[in-house]
Amino acid sequence: MSLPATTALDGVTIAPSSALAEAIGARDAIFAMTRTAEEAVLRPAETGAWSHALRHALAARIAARNGLPDLAARHAEGAGEHAGLADPGHLPDGDLRIVLAFMDVVAAHPRDVTAAAVAGLQGAGIADADIVRLAELNAFMAYHCRLIAGLRLLAGDSA
Amino acid sequence: MSQTVIHRFTRTVPRWRPRVTPVKLDEATPAQLDALQVTPSNTRVSDYVLVLAHDVETLKVRSPLFNAIMYGRDGLSRAERELGAIAASIVNRCIYCAAVHADRHAQLTGDTGVTDAIFLNGEKADLAPRDRAIFDFAVKLSQTPPAAGPADLQALRDAGLDEGEIIDLILSNALFGWANRLMHVLGDPVRQEAS
Repeated sequence: MSLPATTALDGVTIAPSSALAEAIGARDAIFAMTRTAEEAVLRPAETGAWSHALRHALAARIAARNGLPDLAARHAEGAGEHAGLADPGHLPDGDLRIVLAFMDVVAAHPRDVTAAAVAGLQGAGIADADIVRLAELNAFMAYHCRLIAGLRLLAGDSA
Repeated sequence: MSQTVIHRFTRTVPRWRPRVTPVKLDEATPAQLDALQVTPSNTRVSDYVLVLAHDVETLKVRSPLFNAIMYGRDGLSRAERELGAIAASIVNRCIYCAAVHADRHAQLTGDTGVTDAIFLNGEKADLAPRDRAIFDFAVKLSQTPPAAGPADLQALRDAGLDEGEIIDLILSNALFGWANRLMHVLGDPVRQEAS
């Protein structure tokens, strides 16, 4: 059977007609919607303050923090002039510093996020709609990275 | 009446108070109204969904994806998908999500014992073997970076989970990595208290 086209399965080796391939195929609608969601957070028609390139840089940064260097590299390819931000160890000065600091804590330590973090973004002049866009990008990447890590673990075990 | 922010895990679902201004229905764009599924007979939309309407393209796919992962037919039982969601919510300390899904787990199983144990002892809760394997795997997958490994996967297999059930657990747990980062970041769980 053919597997659904989704980046969630990139880098996952799955034997055709295996029990894993069958289980993934039975959930093809979920993988298709995952692909649609990835487009919506990374390449939306309405970008607000965050360009496609910046979104890919932020996604690369989150993928790297989640131990997925190949996913990080693929997002970094779309990061254009923001490619330097893909390195999670790099926190540059300037307007984006507060955005990166927010994205870093939401990605790695969401339990530590307080109302002050959101108020800080608002105080820096970032619109509420753009704060929601940042949270959705971060949240989707948390889902996608865990889905990919879990499927790779499962595929490695099945091979 | 004053509002108190809730910091302890509970099955009594709090109110969710947004930290950003929700979209106002009478100012919503046609695309937002479409994603909100507002019709003349259905104008009740939660503050949470009105907050997410700021990012309408993501909201549009989020609800069907959420429903497919949590309520899809076959595969892992609904209660065990809830356990995957609860594990993420414990790790990420999303009080609101933990309350909603612990309450749902208790309703589905007719038993509050599992979620009582989780709320009492968190990641070290004393659980029956199958729940233990599911909860441990999901707690580890919720770390950054995800820390579930071959031994955690083997524990799922030893507990009797098949490929499809394991995928459903990965999906439900990962989905709450998503949901927690919206609920816990964009709002506070509160209770009304007489002042």
